[in-house]
Amino acid sequence: MTPNQTDRLATRFIQFLVLIVVLILLFLLGDIIISGLPHISWHFLTSPASSFSAGGGIRDQLFNSLYLLVLTLIISFPLALGSAIYLSEYAGDNWFTSLIRTAIEVLSSLPSVVVGLFGYLLFVIEFHLGFSILSGAIALTFFNLPLLIRSIEGSLHAVPNSQREAGIALGLSNWRTIRGILLPMALPGILTGIILSAGRIFGEAAALIYTAGQSAPILDYTNWNPTASSSFLNPMRPAETLAVHIWKVNTEGVTPDAVSISAGSSAVLIIIILLFNFGARAIGNRMYKKMTGGK
Amino acid sequence: MQVYDLNKNHIVTPPGEIALSTNQLQVNYGNSKQASMVDASLSFPRFQITALIGASGSGKSTYLRSLNRMNDRIATVHGEIMYHNTNINSPKVNVYEVRKHIGMVFQKPNPFAKSITENITFALKAAGITNRQELRQRVETSLKEAALWDEVKDDLNKSALALSGGQQQRLCIARSIAMKPDILLLDEPASALDPISTAKLEVTLKELAKNYTIIIVTHNMQQASRVSSYTAFFHLGHVIEYDQTETIFQTPNIQATHDYVTGNFG
Repeated sequence: MTPNQTDRLATRFIQFLVLIVVLILLFLLGDIIISGLPHISWHFLTSPASSFSAGGGIRDQLFNSLYLLVLTLIISFPLALGSAIYLSEYAGDNWFTSLIRTAIEVLSSLPSVVVGLFGYLLFVIEFHLGFSILSGAIALTFFNLPLLIRSIEGSLHAVPNSQREAGIALGLSNWRTIRGILLPMALPGILTGIILSAGRIFGEAAALIYTAGQSAPILDYTNWNPTASSSFLNPMRPAETLAVHIWKVNTEGVTPDAVSISAGSSAVLIIIILLFNFGARAIGNRMYKKMTGGK
Repeated sequence: MQVYDLNKNHIVTPPGEIALSTNQLQVNYGNSKQASMVDASLSFPRFQITALIGASGSGKSTYLRSLNRMNDRIATVHGEIMYHNTNINSPKVNVYEVRKHIGMVFQKPNPFAKSITENITFALKAAGITNRQELRQRVETSLKEAALWDEVKDDLNKSALALSGGQQQRLCIARSIAMKPDILLLDEPASALDPISTAKLEVTLKELAKNYTIIIVTHNMQQASRVSSYTAFFHLGHVIEYDQTETIFQTPNIQATHDYVTGNFG
């Protein structure tokens, strides 16, 4: 074979592999959306789930998922930001730093069921938090931390060293340089990281079954007092999320329309996660353009 | 490569006022036993341009970066750096204050991803200058001194990243001199610029030397001979010769210097 022919053969083969990946993805997305879309209606999105009769919706589950996401980010973002700044800007190259890095690696590879059971034993039972959004948010923080730390650290790392030197040479302190120069430059990457990790949180089920619980008490969306047990803002109430709802409807659902509820919920879940992904890209690009002054 | 006697040197002390001097400066990177810079003792005349020349790895950039303590976290620096009768290489000295008096411009232009104005005002604000009138004044003066004012005065709010390389480098100079430093250190400031931008930069430097003491590292020997009044030749971590630029380029005292400036080196 001539070099030209080998090259063409290799290219074709690689293209074939890529095609398989794309086909798998398209098949999955297409199947979920096509079978779920007909069941999505305004009524489906805005009415509470029913346990036995047909015609239930996913209003509370959808809200729970979003609320849990916000709470998780409130807990995990400051922790991740601090750790990432430490690892990228202050940590020396020594055994301690590599210990931290290894710990983060291990954290990110923990099976979610294990984290769920751990959260159940520690937060739900030991700390008496009960099945609650708070327990769920803490458990999800465990997953979210490694992802967030790595993406923020990566964004900080991508800022050229010459920027640090420029700041230091002007008599600025390390912290001032980080806050005023490095973080703004890393912001598009950080935002993208947050949104992508949000997708992961949104779709998580196993860890939540044992921590946030599987029941969705009727919520009162007019009660803004977070300490009231029926208030939608109460972080101490059990909360079934959309992903958990899909699992539950499929394993123990007794409603006659369980199949269509599951299909509709799956489609909603996938669509929201897709929106997160596209949103991340759009915001990242837009901020990058704004930062670099291209119009 | 020809071997020269590194201990044979010829170093003069310029007459007149001295802005900065080093005494037996030695630099070691990391835990390396091998010093990257050995016993450099040089005096820099005030309001003059001094060029540091030498091959790659000769230690000239290492030396320059030690002068405003930029090597603090990277290398160990022994010896004295005397500035206004103070040894600024002492661990007790406030390095942030030192760097406000001894500014630095780097090889590659490194403006912040901010507007032209903010590039200059950011460090000023951090240093506690908040008066808007004063800030505006400093922006204008420093841009004029760096010969950039006429090109950017109409869009000071434009991102600095939209400027050309030569303009960015002059903005970096403006950013440095807005802090009103005494001394300006330049580390091969023209190596990333085209010949026209380089020529402009050299004119700017000569103009700046009226008010600032400038120490410039350069690979370009024509540049050294064009802009500087004193030149130091570095080789393998040693200062081989330091004298008036004319002497270095026309009648050097050491064979190594002669070979380097005539291009018969290595």
